[in-house]
Amino acid sequence: MDRIPILKMGNCLLVTIQVDMHDELASALQEDLTQRVSESGARGVLIDISALEVVDSFIGRMLANIAALSRIMDARTVVVGMRPAVAITLVELGLALPGVRTALDVERGMNLIADHAAGNGTHGRPAG
Amino acid sequence: MAVLRDDVKPIRSGEDVVLVRRIVREWSIEAGFSLVDQTKLVTAASELARNALQHGGGGSVRMELLNDGPRRGIRLEFADEGPGIADLERAMQDGFSTGGGLGLGLGGARRLTEEFHVDSTPGQGTRVRIARWR
Repeated sequence: MDRIPILKMGNCLLVTIQVDMHDELASALQEDLTQRVSESGARGVLIDISALEVVDSFIGRMLANIAALSRIMDARTVVVGMRPAVAITLVELGLALPGVRTALDVERGMNLIADHAAGNGTHGRPAG
Repeated sequence: MAVLRDDVKPIRSGEDVVLVRRIVREWSIEAGFSLVDQTKLVTAASELARNALQHGGGGSVRMELLNDGPRRGIRLEFADEGPGIADLERAMQDGFSTGGGLGLGLGGARRLTEEFHVDSTPGQGTRVRIARWR
């Protein structure tokens, strides 16, 4: 089965989702990321979803699960680049992504992760 | 009301759900939907296709591109021959799930569309019809 590639940069894991994921692929990404956080001791996970045209309840749940799992392992997950139409649809769907930190772009997302790695958790806000 | 185009696609795998999303997107663009309306209909279709797969053991979707005077619309009917829904009222509530999901599928799809209709007979299957208009 195909996998979404996970890159490591410093103490951060980077994922750019560029394909319309079927559910098995999304589940595999969740497992792979959890494994990689554990192995690498990464302090942050940055997930770029700017190419995603749809985030339905399954993918939303995957993002929330990744955020929850990485938090347990002391890493902060930041989801960046959500398209406005996707955000509007998610809220109407009833999915507020509780516990998932979001940022408008990669740079701001990396800043949130750097804050966390430096032990400074006062910047940024959770989405829900 | 005229049917400009119609098609039926099977829903037997996760890849089929992705294909349904892609076709609904293409037709939504053709119908002249705004980007937000396209996204809402594609998302609703994704929820219902997954329901047919997970709860119904697979099924199919019938898609129609419609022309009604000045309006264009898309109607989708998802059908499965699964166990059906015993308590439709509860199934429509957010957070009610028998499939291990978030329980947003049916209620979410209703909020994202303008027409929504469910027919379900326990033991025989479920049909969900949605439509959105420009």
